[in-house]
Amino acid sequence: MSSLSYAAPATVDEAIGLLAGASGLAKVLSGGTDLLVQLRSGRTRPALIVDTKKIPGIIGIREVDGGFVIGAATSGAMIGEHAALAAVYPGVVEATNLIGSTQVQGRASLAGNLCNASPAADSVPAMIAAGATAVIAGPKGRRTVPVEQVVTGPGRTSLARDEFIVEFHLPKRAPRSADAYLRFIPRTEMDIAVVGAGVNVTLDAAGVCTAARVSLGAVAPTALLVADCAAALVGSKLDEHALAKLDLAARDACKPIDDKRGTIDFRIKVAGVLARRAAAIAFERAAARS
Amino acid sequence: MTFIGNKSDLKVVGTRPVRPDGVDKVTGRATFGADYTMPGMLMGRVKRSPHAHARIVSIDASKALALPGVKGVVTAADFPDIPSEEAFVGEGPMNFRDLSLNCIARGKVLYEGHAVAAVCAISDEVAAAACDLIDVTYEVLPHVIDVEAAMAPDAPLLHADMFTANVTPKPEKPSNIAKKVHFTVGDVAAGFAQADVIVEGHYSTQPVHQAYIEPHACIASAGADGQCHIISSSQGHFMIRAYVAKLLGMEMSNLKVTPAEIGGGFGGKTVVYLEPLALAMARKTGRPVKMVMTREDVFRATGPTSGAVIDVKLGATKDGIITAAQAVLKYQAGAFAGSPVQPGCMCAFAMYDLKNVDVVGYDVVSNRPKVAAYRAPGAPIASFAAESAVDDLARKLGMDPIALREKNAAKAGTKTAYGVTFAEIGYEQVLAAAKNHPHWKAPLGPNQGRGIATGFWFNIGGESSASVFINEDGSVNVVSGSPDIGGSRASMAMMAAEVLGIPVEHVRPIVADTASIGFTHVTGGSRVTYATGMATVQAAENVIEQLKTRAAMIWDIPPEAVEWKDGQAVPAGANAGGFDPLPLAAIALKAAKTGGPIGAEVSLNAQGAGPGFGAHICDVEVDKETGHVTVLRYTAVQDVGRAIHPSYVEGQIQGGAVQGIGWALNEEYVYNTKGLMDNAGFLDYRVPVASDLPMIEAVMVEVPNPRHPFGVRGVGEVPIVPPMAAVANAIRGALGIRMHALPMSPPKLRAAVDSGVG
Repeated sequence: MSSLSYAAPATVDEAIGLLAGASGLAKVLSGGTDLLVQLRSGRTRPALIVDTKKIPGIIGIREVDGGFVIGAATSGAMIGEHAALAAVYPGVVEATNLIGSTQVQGRASLAGNLCNASPAADSVPAMIAAGATAVIAGPKGRRTVPVEQVVTGPGRTSLARDEFIVEFHLPKRAPRSADAYLRFIPRTEMDIAVVGAGVNVTLDAAGVCTAARVSLGAVAPTALLVADCAAALVGSKLDEHALAKLDLAARDACKPIDDKRGTIDFRIKVAGVLARRAAAIAFERAAARS
Repeated sequence: MTFIGNKSDLKVVGTRPVRPDGVDKVTGRATFGADYTMPGMLMGRVKRSPHAHARIVSIDASKALALPGVKGVVTAADFPDIPSEEAFVGEGPMNFRDLSLNCIARGKVLYEGHAVAAVCAISDEVAAAACDLIDVTYEVLPHVIDVEAAMAPDAPLLHADMFTANVTPKPEKPSNIAKKVHFTVGDVAAGFAQADVIVEGHYSTQPVHQAYIEPHACIASAGADGQCHIISSSQGHFMIRAYVAKLLGMEMSNLKVTPAEIGGGFGGKTVVYLEPLALAMARKTGRPVKMVMTREDVFRATGPTSGAVIDVKLGATKDGIITAAQAVLKYQAGAFAGSPVQPGCMCAFAMYDLKNVDVVGYDVVSNRPKVAAYRAPGAPIASFAAESAVDDLARKLGMDPIALREKNAAKAGTKTAYGVTFAEIGYEQVLAAAKNHPHWKAPLGPNQGRGIATGFWFNIGGESSASVFINEDGSVNVVSGSPDIGGSRASMAMMAAEVLGIPVEHVRPIVADTASIGFTHVTGGSRVTYATGMATVQAAENVIEQLKTRAAMIWDIPPEAVEWKDGQAVPAGANAGGFDPLPLAAIALKAAKTGGPIGAEVSLNAQGAGPGFGAHICDVEVDKETGHVTVLRYTAVQDVGRAIHPSYVEGQIQGGAVQGIGWALNEEYVYNTKGLMDNAGFLDYRVPVASDLPMIEAVMVEVPNPRHPFGVRGVGEVPIVPPMAAVANAIRGALGIRMHALPMSPPKLRAAVDSGVG
């Protein structure tokens, strides 16, 4: 019979020390909504679980320099209830709140959703579109990396075994900018994205897009930041031509697989559809802020 | 008792009291299969096949048995090798040999998840670790999953001794086709020759699981003297007793089975999986053994209903008289013979009065879990195809789909293609109620469509036992042998209270174990409120006769001079004497002095169950870019005979519609190229969630069945028959495309929109 150790350190350094010193596989626990399911099914058999939730500051949302700092283990429910965050980053908040069920929202965290490294994670394309960065703590101190550089493949991240995410930063918003996230699932909730699309745009006073970031989920081994989609939007007022270009760029970027959740053909087509629809929502939100 | 035809005469029947099992269920006090413990209990686990089809070369349990805490392992070698023998114990025919082989593989594994061995240990963790230590060597064999591939002459063969039954001459070679069935009336070729309009379609459906919330669970103990006890969650503890006794070679009197509360069954708990293994290990170790399936086990190892491939052809005159109906139905049985293709063939066109019908069915084995009953077994599959074709026919004729059905509707005196002549049935009344419902004429928006489909189910009666006891204080216990999966305890209490003339709150119903009440067939076939209800009513009537006799003794007048009225004994008339009425409680108080305890048990074999018909109207909106279907509005009309407890009848109708909507839109088994299931869990086996559904409006039409004291017809199965075609016909309306394959999932719909072909 294998044994499993559990530790709940009170400081970042203590957590790093535990991860660095683990003799077998060590897993970082935030909300546990993925990890506990994997433990139960036998998909992962760690020797050590390091629970980060006792570390001061790892749960909570702060406004800093006009942007936001979100603790790595902050629950989806807390994120959904933060009125200021929801007003400025509605796309990130709506994406986070799509994860799991009401019960899961009480625990699920952004760090967990990201480090589980599923291509279908809902909050990830929204964070990438929003330009979010992750602050990673390790034995050599802290480093800040764009969210799109964290996941390297299904189930794999760029974090070293003795590193973990402590917080996320969402930058100060430019005027007339907003984000949106949409996902496709066969049902209406309690499901995993077949395709996800996050769009973040900035408009000028005339309603013309001056900057955009578009990210697609569940259509490649990792969530994609698609430059051609952004290029399709910049300079446009989201007319028919821009929408068609966006749709095509989104479809061209997809490298999906056939699996139990959707076919290659379906995923590619729906990626274009969702990119258009999410862009329309983001434009509308941004325009409403002028 | 004479049939009470007048609803206004009823005081309890037709009301909506709180169900007697309700408080325990919502507070968590109710004990389900997994809630029981026994002193010294061990936990059991099943070692399952990782292959779709393989020969078992060897099983070595030595490493598992050496693990500290492991108390025993069983394999097929621990069970009698049962000869082929047909039996009717559950909801459909079952071969005892196949059942034994399904519970524990002997020589070959026939599907992924097939039980190969079972182990018991001091904890679930140790049992799970021991399972991993059992070494099984397999010789992997070619497998076949799909029904038409399994029928091909060169298909991998599951059973070397399977020769298609009902074919003459007897086939020379074995095949995966277990049986052919054929029903024919008139001359379909002549019927099609008379037709002005013909429609044809090639349809397919996927296997779907009953998806009961409670996984299978049981606990078994064996005494040193051979007396054994099983507590388990099932649709029939007498069924458990019969199967386990047969599979373990025991006398039934040595096995008591106690029914646990059941967390859903829908037909899927009319067979055994764990119980024989748990009791075999209990006998081997001398300690009680508890076994609980995981959800993954439930998907990989227990029976869904069949997937099928169906060809339908209908012909009609231009004024809408159907002149011929023809169908070929190929049903997956899973790894052993016994799909519900026969009832599927019988139900396909049973709603219609037809002169020329020809229906052929095939029962086909493949490397999937053996199918089990699922609400109206076989009928929903056949009706999806048949009622889609009827919708096409109405469109081609330019007729309203209800008008077309009215024109051909079965009624009292209609002889069905399978030979039975209908007595009192309510199909025409159901169609009229659908036509007159505001839903049928409500406006639709863009990308929206409306569909209607109808359905039929036989309903059965059968063997039931119930007893009614009058307690010393005048309260009443009603005891039956029917596990309560749909509110039947409430219905039994209400019928007893109605007969006795007392408030239902004084009647406490329970379900007794196999040693405490007479034999009772499974809770299935929509039979319990009809048959067990009939036994309950007769037991209550017997008790009234006793109460009248006791009152006569107290008054010292002849029993014939006493009447029972509103829960009291009263003198029959002025000549009988001027006595004050004697309430039930007063008679109960004096029972010791008038002859002893008052009570009666009735065992019967109820005949004359009334068939049921339903019509469902469905509105959908289709997102053409994503293929997502939203069910906007849903109305389910059904002839319920008479609703004893209307809320639970409505619940049955709503539940059937919801399961059917899931079947229509998203539920399916996804198999990979190795024949292994890729979606054995509720995340990717998509039953509808609450937010996927509108409120299902249940419309109860009451055409009483005169052979039941209160006019009851079974209601639990009909409502799952129409939904798939109702949804498909609505999608046809929204898109202009006929979808032929279930589930009508977003990828399929988007592909159909792109190609114009469904």
